[in-house]
Amino acid sequence: MRLLKYVLRDISRGRWVLLYFLFFFAVTEGLLFFTAGEAKTIVGLMNVVFLLIPLASIMFGTLHLHNSRDFIELILTQPVRRSTVFCALYLGVAIPFVCSFLLGVGIPAFIHAAAFSPAIVTLLTTGAALTFVFTSIAFYLGIVINDKAAGMGLAFILWLFFTVIYDGVLLVITVMFQDYPMEQPTIAMVILNPIDLARIAVMLTVDYAALMGYTGAVVQKFFGSGFGVMLSAMSLLLWIAIPFGVGLRSFNNKDW
Amino acid sequence: MIVIDHLTKRFGKHTVLNNLSLEFRPGTVTAIIGPNGSGKSTLMKCILGLVKPTEGSVVINGFNALTDVRCHADIGYMAQIARYPDNLKAREVIDMVKGLRERTADTSDTLINAFDLKPHLNKPMRTLSGGTRQKVGAVVALMFSPHSLLLDEPTAGLDPVASQQMKDQIEAAKIRGAAVIITSHIIAEIEELADRAVFLHEGMVIHEGSVSSIRQQLEVLR
Amino acid sequence: MALSTMIPTMMLAATLMVLVSMANAETIKVSKNGRFTSVRQAVSSSQRGDVVLVEPGVFIESNIVIKHPLELRGRKGAVIDGNNTPGTLISVESDSVLISDLELRNVAVSYVDDNAAIKIINSKHCEVLRCRILNGFFAIYLSNSEHCRVADNILKADKDFEMNSGNGIHCWTSKDVYVSGNIIEGHRDGIYFEFMNRGTVVGNTIRNNIRYGLHFMFSDSCSYNKNRFIHNGAGVAVMFTHYVQMMDNTFANNWGPTSYGLLLKEISDSHLSGNVFDRNSIAIHAEGAARILLEHNVFRNNGYALRLLGNCVETTVRDNTFEGNSFDVTTNSVNSQNTFINNYWSSYVGYDLNKDGIGDVPFHPVRLYSLLVEQVPSSVILMHTPFVNILDLAERVLPTVTPETLVDSKPRMSVPKQ
Repeated sequence: MRLLKYVLRDISRGRWVLLYFLFFFAVTEGLLFFTAGEAKTIVGLMNVVFLLIPLASIMFGTLHLHNSRDFIELILTQPVRRSTVFCALYLGVAIPFVCSFLLGVGIPAFIHAAAFSPAIVTLLTTGAALTFVFTSIAFYLGIVINDKAAGMGLAFILWLFFTVIYDGVLLVITVMFQDYPMEQPTIAMVILNPIDLARIAVMLTVDYAALMGYTGAVVQKFFGSGFGVMLSAMSLLLWIAIPFGVGLRSFNNKDW
Repeated sequence: MIVIDHLTKRFGKHTVLNNLSLEFRPGTVTAIIGPNGSGKSTLMKCILGLVKPTEGSVVINGFNALTDVRCHADIGYMAQIARYPDNLKAREVIDMVKGLRERTADTSDTLINAFDLKPHLNKPMRTLSGGTRQKVGAVVALMFSPHSLLLDEPTAGLDPVASQQMKDQIEAAKIRGAAVIITSHIIAEIEELADRAVFLHEGMVIHEGSVSSIRQQLEVLR
Repeated sequence: MALSTMIPTMMLAATLMVLVSMANAETIKVSKNGRFTSVRQAVSSSQRGDVVLVEPGVFIESNIVIKHPLELRGRKGAVIDGNNTPGTLISVESDSVLISDLELRNVAVSYVDDNAAIKIINSKHCEVLRCRILNGFFAIYLSNSEHCRVADNILKADKDFEMNSGNGIHCWTSKDVYVSGNIIEGHRDGIYFEFMNRGTVVGNTIRNNIRYGLHFMFSDSCSYNKNRFIHNGAGVAVMFTHYVQMMDNTFANNWGPTSYGLLLKEISDSHLSGNVFDRNSIAIHAEGAARILLEHNVFRNNGYALRLLGNCVETTVRDNTFEGNSFDVTTNSVNSQNTFINNYWSSYVGYDLNKDGIGDVPFHPVRLYSLLVEQVPSSVILMHTPFVNILDLAERVLPTVTPETLVDSKPRMSVPKQ
């Protein structure tokens, strides 16, 4: 993992990671400065975090893989296994982004003594998980799609899908089948989308007025249960592992 | 010693390398020439393990180059366009490759002096000119005195002094007993450096022999 | 109005009672080693107007019946324990009975009889003061009685289900009952009124009850002021009633799938002012409500602040504060025959160019998404998604589904003074 050290160094010195950190720092500090860390603040922060993390991770990941082609060629001509190179590249991108997110949100939260509230802890954990998920997807795209513009375009479309379109489809389905008990299917669909999953997890911790009614109760009961937590964790892990695994396979078989 | 045996590479229906068999012996500089799209780069990449051939084998010093990355420890490669991580310093790129090779004995200091890279060592790669980056690439390729040396357009982008230095290094490698493969578009350079030339066209070797015979061949083609 | 007529009446009652008891005042003591070792004995040997004083000690008995005016008082540490034997602990079947400072406990649960710790039937001018009632099933039960006062008692029960629990203060077909300063916990309904006229409920704390904190039906002209309704199973429900006055109450943490801060069903000509609704699933659910004035209330951090169904008419909502609610107002109808004016809405994004404290752009408090959740409850799972935010924004720019007439034409820029 000597390689990882150098990839980490490269990414950490880049301006994107710094900008990313500064952005989260400014947003969190701004929100916490003017309010007292109540539910509304957390929800506002959550909205920003869950929009930006997937976008930044998937776009930067795809872009970075394309921009690193020559470098990857150089590394592959060294006596290093391809899977080692892939892991180093992946972690080299994901870790700096996770860290600058954790610090960007964590430091202001710590200053305002909100760092250890369950909501912030959940936000940080799910945010970190989402970084890994979308970097994983980005790497898959970056390897499978050779054209940079097409890769970036698809990355953006995927982001749009996970943040907006998926929920639209979910809504259409709940409306279409409103005469049936839809709690289980909607929970299943929420589990399948990592962003929705993260959002529900944070909302449950702020005990926010949002999740009301019978559905809210069912959702709270499910995600409060050991089974629900396990299934959610499993979903996030699979969302990291599957694109990573498929990406790794393509990477190993790829002609450069 | 690099032995290529019945090497074929197809991208979909398109055949880029068609049943190639070639040997590159120690102490010999071989130039691979041919028009754009003739398969020069693909051939190089097959030898380097960057492209997985459809059929055939590549054996380097007894290692199966297609499955065994250990053979890379004794190969030096210099790419035509050198792009490196933007935020790493030249020194770090060199150190990184050393780390990956897990070898300490190297000639990097000599090479850094030879290519006059010292003033640039602590600058980030993104601030270096194309030529300077090319020099970093040369150091990386040459510093372990490998027994196989693959150089893609080695002098392109280099200033005359560095270009001459590069040629001297190739000569030295040959005398050391390395199998050297270069691609180039500059016939004069090929004549100056190479002992032998391989002319590729549409993935096949259409001529193989001394450089002068190639020259005649080229004139025929013209 | 109810309050002002009641207080003189009550004072008169108390004076009369004091005069009666002074005329032939005799104090009968109940103690473990005295002449009377049971409260029942002492009560049955007492004369009109006597005082039965219960000395410290636990007296295991029930079915004590008081048939003439009497004062039954406990010293600190005096306990009557029903030991779950069937029946009511103390039945009052006479006017002018005062029961105070006793601890009563363990009334038998019955699925047939409304057993109570203290049951007042067909009586006037009775009072229950400063008693502590633990597991009273129905702690204090009034039926067909008038001008009674229940004050400063602590009523606690620890049953889990509606079926095996009774109400804290249960009043049925009564008039002019004054309930104040009680703490009521763990009952089925904290306070239950049915066919009550001119009841007054002031300064009680009613929390953690299994069903409603306060539940009343067909109880006109009652007032409820300065009470705290906290974390009751289904909040407060008031139904089929006219002339209700509710002021300065707190409704908080009434949280759950079928929970309300305040459920108004078929209520008319009523006035709600100065109440605080904090963290309720639905702060106010109004159904068939007419001519209600909602003013100077604070709705904070609720799921729905105000759910005003289509059959509500001529309701005025003014000078309230809506802050941090998931949905400020929702309805199930495209038409609104109610008035919203001069409220403060934290989700208002308009501007105030002439600096008069009133926003220059009208505010439509109903979000498209709230209508959607109303129709398709399971879509609540999409709360705070970008998709829903976009949907709401689109609806705000081009209203198509949300009621055009449900609008605050003069939204405040800042929180109104209380």
